[in-house]
Formats: sequence, structure tokens, C-alpha cells
Amino acid sequence: MLEKSLKGNLGYWAWVLFLLGIIGVGVICYIVQYNYGLGATGMSRDVTWGIYISQFTFLVGVAAGGLMLVLPYYLHHYKDFARITILGEFMAIASVAMCMLFIMADLGQPMRALNVVLHPTPNSMLFYDMIVLSGYLFLNVVCGWVVLHSEYKGIKYPNWVKPFIYISIPWAVSIHTVTAFLYCGLPGRHFWLTAILAPRFLASAFAAGPCLLMVIALIMKRTTKFDIGRVAQDKLVTIIGYAALLNFFFLGCEIFVAYYSTIPGHMHTLDYLYFGLADHATGQVYNNLVPFMLSSVVMGFAGIGLIFVSRYLKSDPLLALSCLLIFVSFWIDKGLGLVLGGFVPNGLEQITEYVPTFVELGITAGVWATGFFIITVLYKIAISVKLENEKTA
Amino acid sequence: MDSSRRKFLKIAGITAVAGIGAPSALNMLMKQEVQASSAGDGHGAQPAAHGGEGGHGAAPVGKRYGMVIDAVKFHENPGMAEKCIEACHSYYNVPDFGNKKDEIKWLWQVPFTNAFPGDESHYKKDDRTHAMQFMVLCNHCDNPPCVRACPTKATFKNADGMVMMDFHRCIGCRFCMAACPYGARSFNWRDPRGSKDGVPFIKKVNPEFPTRMRGVVEKCSFCDLRVKRGLIPLCVEATGDSKAMVFGDLNDPNSEISQVLKARFTIQRKPSLGTMPSVFYII
Ligand code: SF4
Ligand code: SF4
Ligand code: SF4
Repeated sequence: MLEKSLKGNLGYWAWVLFLLGIIGVGVICYIVQYNYGLGATGMSRDVTWGIYISQFTFLVGVAAGGLMLVLPYYLHHYKDFARITILGEFMAIASVAMCMLFIMADLGQPMRALNVVLHPTPNSMLFYDMIVLSGYLFLNVVCGWVVLHSEYKGIKYPNWVKPFIYISIPWAVSIHTVTAFLYCGLPGRHFWLTAILAPRFLASAFAAGPCLLMVIALIMKRTTKFDIGRVAQDKLVTIIGYAALLNFFFLGCEIFVAYYSTIPGHMHTLDYLYFGLADHATGQVYNNLVPFMLSSVVMGFAGIGLIFVSRYLKSDPLLALSCLLIFVSFWIDKGLGLVLGGFVPNGLEQITEYVPTFVELGITAGVWATGFFIITVLYKIAISVKLENEKTA
Repeated sequence: MDSSRRKFLKIAGITAVAGIGAPSALNMLMKQEVQASSAGDGHGAQPAAHGGEGGHGAAPVGKRYGMVIDAVKFHENPGMAEKCIEACHSYYNVPDFGNKKDEIKWLWQVPFTNAFPGDESHYKKDDRTHAMQFMVLCNHCDNPPCVRACPTKATFKNADGMVMMDFHRCIGCRFCMAACPYGARSFNWRDPRGSKDGVPFIKKVNPEFPTRMRGVVEKCSFCDLRVKRGLIPLCVEATGDSKAMVFGDLNDPNSEISQVLKARFTIQRKPSLGTMPSVFYII
């Protein structure tokens, strides 16, 4: 079945080469970082996690978001999703792979990564995160591959995968919940210390994951004969729209609690993210994330509005645009603000800002390119199998 | 060919999960006992772990070291704080990179607002408190969030209640740094054994204590090795007999530190977080 990934037109190969080029840049940057140490990044004593961990957090969401594509078909026998479940599973595989790469890129001593397994520490949330992430990868590899392979053979998938499929559904929820627990269980980091962090993560995940899938599906509709179908598209719009609204509702709850209670610790980070925060001693205002966070809000609401309009107008370009807007909005919100904001101000109420370095951005781009490479190859196989099947059927 | 590939996949997957899961599950079971006893240690008042020595179990047994810092004395003795910091950083080979981004520090000074954020009154500020600097270091919390967060036990609490670092086990994930509410931890962003423009980051290497490699976390050790030998920490020693710093066993009602704590009003940093810091301040 793998050989299907080796047959493609010029556009396909150009895309693959482009991705390999970026991966190459990422590898070079990683060598630089490996030789110098993490000082090659913009992280500091005060902002100890940067773009790697924030990408990781966002991508766990994209992985979990695959659930919204799988659940309707497997649990509710919603036939119109038959063509996209496999895409959801494969997207999850690529996302979890990226998550693991980002964690590795972030470790000061990557060669010792196995210490997490050799010295298991059940009181650390990172221990559970490792278990749920590797488990989720395994589940999606098994379910995705076996189901597709059966399709390739023209038979129904064997019964032994069913339990794996059913387990994978709550498991998707668990990966993002445990990832939220990494943050929301830390005393003294007021911005993260909130019980709705996990629900907020899930809401944004259930929007961002399907958004990415939708954009890819619409691209494939243009470049290949593969069409997920109007009905599935419309259903996805509903899922994305409501999940995105829920995300903003949760954000609103956070804002209310902070600014109605006026407890300084609760307001500081929100101040920093959306308005700029002044230093106690010097009065200097720090605000380098404000433009991003404000555009995140604008893009998010614009995307939600437009996505429903696009369904009404049955316009694919508009649908793609709105999905892109929502995806980028949530990427900023979680892939930047959430992790970076948590470190401002620090435990001594001092403010240090973080700006990623080129090396860091190169590695980040390399990991994303690896993820897209995995998606490309897997989707290529999946689509070839599906299209072939439909031809013979 | 395809069915063999599927089989391979199945086997590969199962071994991967078993490989990750089995040793950890086993270890978890075996370490249950240790975990439980160290949890008992968590509350300085009744450490159950050393129950064997005491017998009746009512009185606190086992040690819990702590420190009282008299900020007024430091204020009255300019230059003393710098001497303490120098004593600590030079002995422990703490590097100086000459920039804030890579900074590593075990002991340093900050104003009241930074040491005790949220604890200042809003309108009236007495000049003396706000002119004072406060020595800050790891609090060797009795309920340390850094230890809870660490995925490898590279940071752990020893039998005397000190929070320790194993530089050889640390994977450099910096979860402990996110977890510490006091900013007590530093990370080796680059090789501390290196140099810039011919000036080494560690001015004079002290062979009595190991230098660190890059990519690991470090912090104040409460001078555990000295204390084991019956000595007091270097920073405390550097204050001479000014009594600006008092170190001792909080569980021993007759220790000097217990006497000071009984007689004087002291505050801790962020006690509301439940971390139970072992460092107290006289202001
Ligand atoms: S002060 Fe920070 S590093 Fe020290 S024990 Fe407490 S939480 Fe851990
Ligand atoms: S950086 Fe080291 S000490 Fe800190 S949590 Fe990670 S492994 Fe533990
Ligand atoms: S107790 Fe020892 S390690 Fe800690 S600050 Fe004082 S001298 Fe440094």
C-alpha cells in the first residue's frame, strides 16, 4: 500500500521537495542548537518555555481535534463522514509526531529523554502526558492503517480493531486534558491556574483540528478527484462554528473572573496579552504580544461569522478562508499567548519578554514541515486507495 | 506482502507500548512504598518516615532544615549581602555569562515588592522597608511543587527536608522552573565551562564541587554536603556573628532557629500557595 505514495504528478513532487527542503533547514538549525545549547533560542531564566512548547500544546489540540471527524462515523454511524475518518486519524498521527519532535527539540539533554521511562514518576503530569500521547499515536496508527488496508483489500475492517477504535475516542479527550493539567496544576502561575483550562483547550482543539482538515480537503478537491462531499462539509461547519464559539465563551469567562474580581495576579497576564503591562519599578510598558492577541480575537470572530455565511452561499473559497482565519486565530491564542503569557510576570513580578531566534524559528518550521510531510504521504495513500476503490466498485 | 506488513505493524506497535508501559508500571509498584513515605515526610510536623527512631510518633522526628534571614541586619550592614552571594557562587562554580538571558543565580537580592509580591500595602509605604533589599534563594519548600512536577525525580527531597538536584539525571525539560513560584531555579542555557573573549564564565573553578554541563537545571542546595558534615551553609557563615542569617533544624524545639522563630515575628514568601517554605524573613 505504501507504494501509492511514490506515484504522483509534478505538483505532488514539487510539494514534497519543498517540504524536504524546509526539513533540511530545520535539521541544520537543530545541529546549531545542539552544539551551542538551548541558549541559541530566545528563552531565558524568566521565560523558560518558548515556541517549542507552545507549538506542542497547540498540536496536541490538533491531534485531539481528529476526534470530531472520527466520532460521528464510528459512534453514530454517520455515513457521510466515511470518507474523512481516515483523514482525521492520519492528521492525528502527524500531529502527535510533531508534538514529540517539539518536546525533543525543547529538552536540554535530549539524550536522556528516556529517563522519563527509566525513572517513572507518577506524581508528574509529564509522565502521564508521555503515556497518553504515545498511546494515542499507537491507537491511530493501528486504527487508521488497518481500516484503510481493509478498504484496500475491499473487505470490512476486522472486528479486533473495534475496541481500539472505541478506546481512541475517550483517549483523544485525555491527551488534551492531561496537557492542560501540565499547566493548570502549578501554584503561583495565576494565568494557568484555572479549572476551565482543559475545557478551553478542548473547545479550541475541536475547532482547530477540523479547520485544518477542511482546508486540506478543499485543496485536495481542487488538485485531485477526492471530494469529501457537501454534506460532510456542512456538518463540519457546524462542529467548527460551535466549538469556536465555545472557545470564546470560555475566554470571556476568564476575562470576567479577572476583571470583576480585580485580583492583581489574575489580571496581570491578561493585561500583558491584550493591553500591555507596566513594570512596577520603571513604569516601562511591555506589550510585544498585544498585536497578535488582538488580531487573534478579530480573526476568530470574523472566521466564525464567515464560516456560516460560506455555508449559506455554498462557497468553497470563503469556507477555506474562514477555516484559515479560525485556525490562525487559535494558533496565536494557544500556540503563542497561552504558554508565553504564563511566564509574564515571573514569580517575582518582574517582566521579561521573549522573542524567538532564527535558529528557533528554523527548527519550528522544520518540525511543521515534517508534520506536513507525514500528512502528505499518508493522505496520498488514503486517497489513492479510496479513489481506486470507487472506480472498481 | 501486505499481511506481513500488517503483522509487523501490530507487533511493532504492541512492543512499543509494552516497552513504555511495562517497566514504568513495575517501577511504580515497587516505588509505591518510597512514594508513600516521602509523602508522609511532606508535613514537617509529623514525618512518619523515621518513625522507627522515635517510637511514640507524636513528637516530630527527623530533621527539617530552615533559615531565618534578618533583612534589617542586612540593611544595616551594607556589603554583607554581596559577601554571602560571592561565598555561595564562587564555591559552587556558579557561572557568570554577563547577560540577563543566560543568567544563573542561587542567591540574590530583590526589593520587597519582588520578594513578596501582593503583600505590600497600597497607600502607605514605609521608607525603610522599601529601601531594603531581601536575600532570596530556594525556599526548600516542605511541599515543593518543583518536586511534584519533575518527571524523572532529578529534583527530589532528601531525608533532611532539603530539595536537591541530580544533575546527571535531569533531562532539562524545565518543568520544575515553571512549577517553582519563587523563580529559584536556573537553567544552563549554554556550556558553563566555556568562555567568551578569553574570559571563562567560571572565574576560578573550585575543584571541591562539580561544574555543571549545559542543558540542566540548578539551584541553591542548602549546602547539604556541608550540613551533613556538621557545618553551616556558606552564606550563613559569611554573615559572621551578625546573626543576619540563622540556620538550623526546625523540628528541634531547642535549636537556635526555633528559638528565633518563637521570639520574633517573621514572614514567608507566598505562604498562601501552600508550599510551606523553610526560609523565613524578619523585616
Ligand atoms: S523554592 Fe522553588 S525550587 Fe525551591 S523547593 Fe520551593 S518550589 Fe522548589
Ligand atoms: S528540568 Fe530537570 S529537574 Fe527540572 S523537571 Fe525537568 S528533569 Fe526535573
Ligand atoms: S545555603 Fe548554600 S547553596 Fe544555598 S544560597 Fe546559601 S551558600 Fe548558597
